[in-house]
Amino acid sequence: MPMSSIEERANKAREKKALFGTDVDLESYESEAKPHEAVQQAEELPVEVKKAALDVGVKLDAEASGAYVQMDQTPVVAKSLFEGVEIMDMASALKKYDYLQDYWWKLVAPDADKYTADVAKATPAGYFIRAKRGMKTVFPVKSCLYLGSTNLNQRVHNVIIAEEGSELHIITGCTTPAHVQRGLHIGVSEFFIQKNAKVSFTMVHSWGKEVEVRPRTGITIAEGGSLSNNYILLRPVKTLQTFPTATLAGRGAVASFNTVIYSTMGNIDVGSNVNLNAPDTSAESISRVVSVGGEVIARGRMTGRVPGARAHLECVGLLLSDKGRIYSIPELDGQSKDLDMSHEAAVGRISEEELEYLMARGLSSEQATSVIVRGFLDVEIKGLPEDLRQEIKNITQREDLKGS
Amino acid sequence: MEVMWLLEIVDLSVSIGGKQVLKNFNLRIGSGETHALFGPNGTGKTTLLNVIAGIPRYTIEGGRIVFKGEDITHMSMDERARLGIGMAFQRPPAIRGLKLKDLIKIINPNADAPAILKMMDFTGFGDRDVNRGFSGGEVKRSEMVQLLAQQPDFVMLDEPDSGVDLENIKLIGEAINALTQKDQRPSLRTKSGIIITHFGHILEYMKADKAHVMLNGSIVCSGNPREILEQIKKSGYEGCVACLCPA
Repeated sequence: MPMSSIEERANKAREKKALFGTDVDLESYESEAKPHEAVQQAEELPVEVKKAALDVGVKLDAEASGAYVQMDQTPVVAKSLFEGVEIMDMASALKKYDYLQDYWWKLVAPDADKYTADVAKATPAGYFIRAKRGMKTVFPVKSCLYLGSTNLNQRVHNVIIAEEGSELHIITGCTTPAHVQRGLHIGVSEFFIQKNAKVSFTMVHSWGKEVEVRPRTGITIAEGGSLSNNYILLRPVKTLQTFPTATLAGRGAVASFNTVIYSTMGNIDVGSNVNLNAPDTSAESISRVVSVGGEVIARGRMTGRVPGARAHLECVGLLLSDKGRIYSIPELDGQSKDLDMSHEAAVGRISEEELEYLMARGLSSEQATSVIVRGFLDVEIKGLPEDLRQEIKNITQREDLKGS
Repeated sequence: MEVMWLLEIVDLSVSIGGKQVLKNFNLRIGSGETHALFGPNGTGKTTLLNVIAGIPRYTIEGGRIVFKGEDITHMSMDERARLGIGMAFQRPPAIRGLKLKDLIKIINPNADAPAILKMMDFTGFGDRDVNRGFSGGEVKRSEMVQLLAQQPDFVMLDEPDSGVDLENIKLIGEAINALTQKDQRPSLRTKSGIIITHFGHILEYMKADKAHVMLNGSIVCSGNPREILEQIKKSGYEGCVACLCPA
């Protein structure tokens, strides 16, 4: 899309409210961030950034195929450690590769809502990650988007291309340090998963109590390609709304979404939207929500358009307090014969029977509740390298996730 | 000499949902004794064990439960467990996301999990979620594994042999003997137990000291486990009572 046309569309959508989620007053946030200094490698980053990254499962000094770190609006590290993976900051990538114009704003519309419009008008910042044709690695690209200035509107636009036959794993931690009282993060991500490529994308969020978050994600998966998308939010946030859309465009494409949320406050509206547009495609979306406070809307939408498509949605919620709300909205839209689409949704309390069983072994009621809650959040994610799986497990099994 | 009872149930009356299940129930179990409990379905055997364990669904209408000299009638489940009461459930729930080996460590941080799992021929199950997708017999072995970690002073076994194949019944019998110290001389045993069994196969592999027949919420006959079991097989529960314990 030519830049002029993007800007034009964005301008028209400046006031356009999003379909879901509470409305954010963009004017109340600063759009200019003070720049930070780039470093040669992740190890040289300030201690508080490394610490914050660690809190969202991103061990910047451990083995990786590359790293990208953005502080506020400045890309401070963009480095590949594996020849099969190219990592650049978005502005540089757009300069280097003319072909990127064919990918830029292709899966997320600049005029989708005022948030995408706002990102479209900003100077591009974010990561460009390209897994080269046939190149595979189990070591993840580690990325951290760090919102370190109070009142900032952090805007990110990422493009991920997994070329034919490649295997790419990405873990992105998005976080604010405790001193950031208020902030906004808008992240646009466009994923192009080409023929027979395999991608896992794990995103861990840890925001502050006055931070608002609006990720906007579009994904396309070609023949034989697969995506495992994992989203984990266990820390308080003021408002967060995201509804990533994946299109299974080629025969046999597979998408799997896992969402794990522990809510204590705020308004969280999350989900996934999958279009099954090609034969033999399949999609699965599993969400586990624990609420001890705050409102969580868990959406899932699957649209089957060709015979033989298979889709399954699972939204399960544990509501542990009167102060919380879990609103589960699974949607199945069948538009062809010979589809196999199903969903299960449940919202409830912890089973008395399980609680009593553990108490009969000597666990206190609080201990038993916490063991059950952590077990509930321990989603078995397929298709992840062992190390990454372990990282996710460590995050979801924290001792401080309790029943009240 | 005054007998030291480990567990003493005095005139206990219990109801659930307005329906009386136990009526003036009395039972005394001494240190080192293992008792077997027989009786038809719905006669209150499981209720008795649940009430001793402290499951809160029941209403205690009267009487008391004394364990180690302490009145535990209104004590919470976990306190009772920590005081030394353990239970193998008849139909235990599955706990998603909790590995059996992790539960063993929570129950008793000093337990030798690998050795316990090996003893119950259950090594591969340590990494599986507790009882999730387990067969009937596997669930029973899982219960024994957890009790072996817990090492209660008083163990309650609610049909530990139902759904278990012959080979594994032997294993479960051995575990019960270990839990009730049957490898030691009677005078040295301090641990006690109570077992509910319908078919009594398990009694061929474990030692029970006394047996009781329960009908309609009360014990109506007590005696030697083998004799009682044989009479039940021969003439049914009521026939057994009529023959061995005529009114």
